[in-house]
Amino acid sequence: MRLTDHEKAMLDGREGKGKQKAMELLVRYAEALDCDRFVDTTNVAGVPGSTTPFLANYYKDWPGGPDKIFSYFDLDSTELVDVPRVTTHSCHLQAGYDPDNWRLLGATPEAAELSRSSEAYAVDHGIKILKTCTPYLAGNVPKPGEHCAWMESSAVIYCNSVLGARTNTEGRESTSAAMLTGKIPDWGLHRDECRFGTHRIDAELPIESIMDWGMLGYFVGDAVLEHIPVLTGISGAPDLVRYKHFGAAAASSGGVELYHIVGVTPEAQTEIMAFGPNAPRENFQYGAAERRRTYEMLNATAKDTNVDYVMLGCPHAAVEQIEEACRLLAGRKISENCDLWIFTSRAVRAQADAAGYTKIILNAGGHVLTDTCSAIGHALPPGTKVAALDSAKQVHYLPAMMGIEAWFGTTEDCINAALTGRWTGDLR
Amino acid sequence: MKKTPVVLRGRKVVGGVAEGEALVTRETISGWGGINPMQGTVIETRHELRGQSFKDKVLVFRGAKGSSGWSVIFHTARLAGTAPKAMVFNEMTTKVALGAVVMRIPSVTDLDRDPLDVIETGDWVKVDGDTGTVEVTKKSQIEIVGASSARDSSVDQKQRSRAKLAPTGP
Repeated sequence: MRLTDHEKAMLDGREGKGKQKAMELLVRYAEALDCDRFVDTTNVAGVPGSTTPFLANYYKDWPGGPDKIFSYFDLDSTELVDVPRVTTHSCHLQAGYDPDNWRLLGATPEAAELSRSSEAYAVDHGIKILKTCTPYLAGNVPKPGEHCAWMESSAVIYCNSVLGARTNTEGRESTSAAMLTGKIPDWGLHRDECRFGTHRIDAELPIESIMDWGMLGYFVGDAVLEHIPVLTGISGAPDLVRYKHFGAAAASSGGVELYHIVGVTPEAQTEIMAFGPNAPRENFQYGAAERRRTYEMLNATAKDTNVDYVMLGCPHAAVEQIEEACRLLAGRKISENCDLWIFTSRAVRAQADAAGYTKIILNAGGHVLTDTCSAIGHALPPGTKVAALDSAKQVHYLPAMMGIEAWFGTTEDCINAALTGRWTGDLR
Repeated sequence: MKKTPVVLRGRKVVGGVAEGEALVTRETISGWGGINPMQGTVIETRHELRGQSFKDKVLVFRGAKGSSGWSVIFHTARLAGTAPKAMVFNEMTTKVALGAVVMRIPSVTDLDRDPLDVIETGDWVKVDGDTGTVEVTKKSQIEIVGASSARDSSVDQKQRSRAKLAPTGP
């Protein structure tokens, strides 16, 4: 590898064992990528030092104190190191449990305590506690062209495509190492030549609702897998919430990390700009038949129309989505046979609290929760058999992870299910 | 009858040598939400490998998709003792690269022939990460050899699968 003097100094241990082990991991990772240099990163988002009961138990008898998990797991080091404060702007994504509602989420006191101590550890090391999959809704909005090192596939695709900043889909180990060193492999989406479109998707239908954008995203990810789609036929820019649902879906059914919408997203003012020197490898049409097929894939697990759980907020809800839920509830109470949980960031819940939305949801029988979601926290109301979701991403993961059925539809279909305990959604 | 392994040549992702039975899919694999690291099984709805175990297998696949928790989940599989023995894949991404590094298993990509055309589930595959070579003994040949020598090949397979450990550092 071609290392700078500073990188060599860190790798040689001249800045301490913590940075040395971080550089060793980054070098192994860069070599795996066949990449010979690093880029400086000024914005890292990960889950540093986050401890689960499994990890706490696994490392129980290993030597060391609070730095154990970061040393052995995050840095994949066989030696315990003294973990220094981070050296670059770093934030903590979703993890652990809502500190006010961990009992409701079914966490054991032990798991809640691990969540608290992991958070304190991150604070001690200079890491900002955002506790969300939507850092861009909680105060971390990278600049165009900024080299980031982000985890969370739905945030990565937003960062690249909507904001025009640059990040690959990093993992826990690489982001933790980047926080200590400010370095990440200069590979993939950090480089101009790797950001051009590879596949064309032509939308033959108007794409309007959040559900429409989620379905289109799911179709696109399934079609192009880990490549870079260029969307044509889209009239009018989607709003932030639609971008969020589209990207999360495309990063779940496939591995899309960057997309372009011609005339809309920052690196695609024209089709020529979006594709650069590439000729599209494949062209896909998204019409009524593809829309119907996507809807059926997303509802593949659902049979029973009795719904006992409605989950909103994947990715974490924007305040407008919580407001929308309040409007749809219209002062009514949800069914006794159904729970309603809306997940968001602490930053957005503070806004929802201030606007009175949290109280409206609570009065209707629902809850606004933070830090996690049902898939991340493996958290379902007791006895859940059938869920209703307005997120293509959540419906992709939750049934497989938790062994339940799940319906996918509009936010309104979901709120109706919460009010009646019955699924009446359909493709409209 | 003499076995004649097919040899594919590619590039090292992670060094070390290991061998085992192949588990092959043309589909991409999700880590977080796509596998159960405690069981070592694929759980994704509608995945062709759903319910199948990759523990101690040589995983031959297109590449990684989905969540950024890919490395954490496969890292956890290593700790839980359910990781594959080696990996052979086509599409390089940061997810699969970091996952291979923290699983510490021999891994190879950029092969001179598409491994998905050559390797089938059940073939015996030896992955040499250091030299970037993949040796494939077809299942049909294993069966012929098995019929003429040892009918019960489980002991033989256990011995053969005692692979060298991958290096733990760079």
